[in-house]
Amino acid sequence: MKFEQLAQQTGEWMRGNGPESDIVMSSRVRLARNLADFPFIRKCTPQDRSAIAANVRKAFEALPLGEETEYVDVAKLGDLDRQFLMERQLISHELSEAEGARAVVLDPQERFSVMVNEEDHLRLQVMQSGLDLKAAWKRMNDLDDILESKLTYAFTRQLGYLTACPTNVGTGLRISVMLHLPALVATKQIDKVFRAFTKINVAVRGLFGEGSQFMGDLYQVSNQMTLGKSEEQILERVSEVISRLIEYERKAREFLVEESRDDLHDHVSRALGILCTAKKISSEETMHYLSKVRMGVNMGLLESIPIPTVNKLFIQTQPAHLQKLCGHKLDVNARNTERANYLHQHLTDKDKSDPKRN
Amino acid sequence: MKCQHCEKTATFHITELTGPDGPAVMHLCEEHARDFFNQDGSTHPATALNKMLSKQLKLDKMSEELSAVDKKECPMCGITFAEFRKGGRLGCPYDYVAFEEDLEPLLINIHGGISHTGKLPSNQTGTPQRQFRIKQLKDEMKEAIEKEQYEAAGKLRDRIASIEQGELDDLDGETEPPDDDFQSNPTQPPSH
Repeated sequence: MKFEQLAQQTGEWMRGNGPESDIVMSSRVRLARNLADFPFIRKCTPQDRSAIAANVRKAFEALPLGEETEYVDVAKLGDLDRQFLMERQLISHELSEAEGARAVVLDPQERFSVMVNEEDHLRLQVMQSGLDLKAAWKRMNDLDDILESKLTYAFTRQLGYLTACPTNVGTGLRISVMLHLPALVATKQIDKVFRAFTKINVAVRGLFGEGSQFMGDLYQVSNQMTLGKSEEQILERVSEVISRLIEYERKAREFLVEESRDDLHDHVSRALGILCTAKKISSEETMHYLSKVRMGVNMGLLESIPIPTVNKLFIQTQPAHLQKLCGHKLDVNARNTERANYLHQHLTDKDKSDPKRN
Repeated sequence: MKCQHCEKTATFHITELTGPDGPAVMHLCEEHARDFFNQDGSTHPATALNKMLSKQLKLDKMSEELSAVDKKECPMCGITFAEFRKGGRLGCPYDYVAFEEDLEPLLINIHGGISHTGKLPSNQTGTPQRQFRIKQLKDEMKEAIEKEQYEAAGKLRDRIASIEQGELDDLDGETEPPDDDFQSNPTQPPSH
């Protein structure tokens, strides 16, 4: 798989369609699994790690989906390629920075990826655009079933699937929904809302997972408990929380319009203006203004920019993506210039090429 | 001497050699000493879990009991409970059996329960009890070979092979972890 080609396309989770996609960017379902024949990662010898990777690779090659999927040896990738896969959320920071044999199995449409030798031997994830947890879970369950026919997982009847960290034991299931909540941020209600949610055991993280800041008003909301409830129950629990968050965000958007539609219109238009005309711009600033533009488009205040374009720009303006797209390495300064060029080209060209406007 | 942070007697006298202002001497009670040692790697993602663990253990156990728990070692992978507490990651699936009672309060704290009700694998041979039994039998076989008891070693080899080929018996995780007089195949006479 050529990562340069991948950089051009929009992965499943950035397509920008599906239910509630004005607020929900993507639904993501993850399973943690470990092979019964090996110790957990921290007690693995380099030989164990290689053997685990080889077993998983063999299993995938024997499966009907094996031909389309690509097995990528992460240990052989350079820094830029690893960062690129991280920006696309196909691998985690932990997998990128680990040492020893490790890999990721990729679906070319980016509808799933399987990390090998991360915190657990296997981390399976399924991505779906918009809010569709049931569809995502069904696909996850199917993938798990077919892999299970080739691999023997560690489990007990009492505790379910056994994981390296006791926080994941049981179902090994993490359901994670990425939400765009600019109005809750603008009305300064976001902290209050999330404080209420942590009490009911829901975790909130930034775009790039644990420890990352809430860039671009993007939040990942996920379940914390994995043991004692069935997969369907966990799914329902997360769905309830998400519906409430969507409702709050919509109310906050209505409030902003009622307060002053003109001010809001001015605000999002200026954001678009900066993105179109800046000559140098950082990744953080880009995310900040893209968030406002995304809200403006979804609220009918900005026309002529399709949401998939905005979503795509969130990712393509990230450092590794910019460098993949232009084909060579760039330092921070050169990236800021390149990023401004890229934004200008994609946000203004769309204006001209839109047939409705010609 | 009193602890620097509370009224209790200081039982730990620690000299920190790598402090920002050169060596520093600290006098701490057991509880604060534990906190001090647990500060290591405070940026590590496991820290939150570690804190929860320390708190949990402090609430539930007296300090002597605590150090006894810390010294417990998994017979399968050799990890101690203290090592697990420090890194927040277990060493092998059998840890859930070896540290069962020590992990229970933690699991209740995190998940609110200890009984899995979700999906189970269709291939039910992956229990840690089974892996441990295979390890025990392999150790026995090695010993038999060293003692030149080849007939016994041969029987053990066959036994291992049949377990590895997925023979289902009471090694399915419902039973207690196997011990020396564990008998899973009623057609074979007891081994001793």
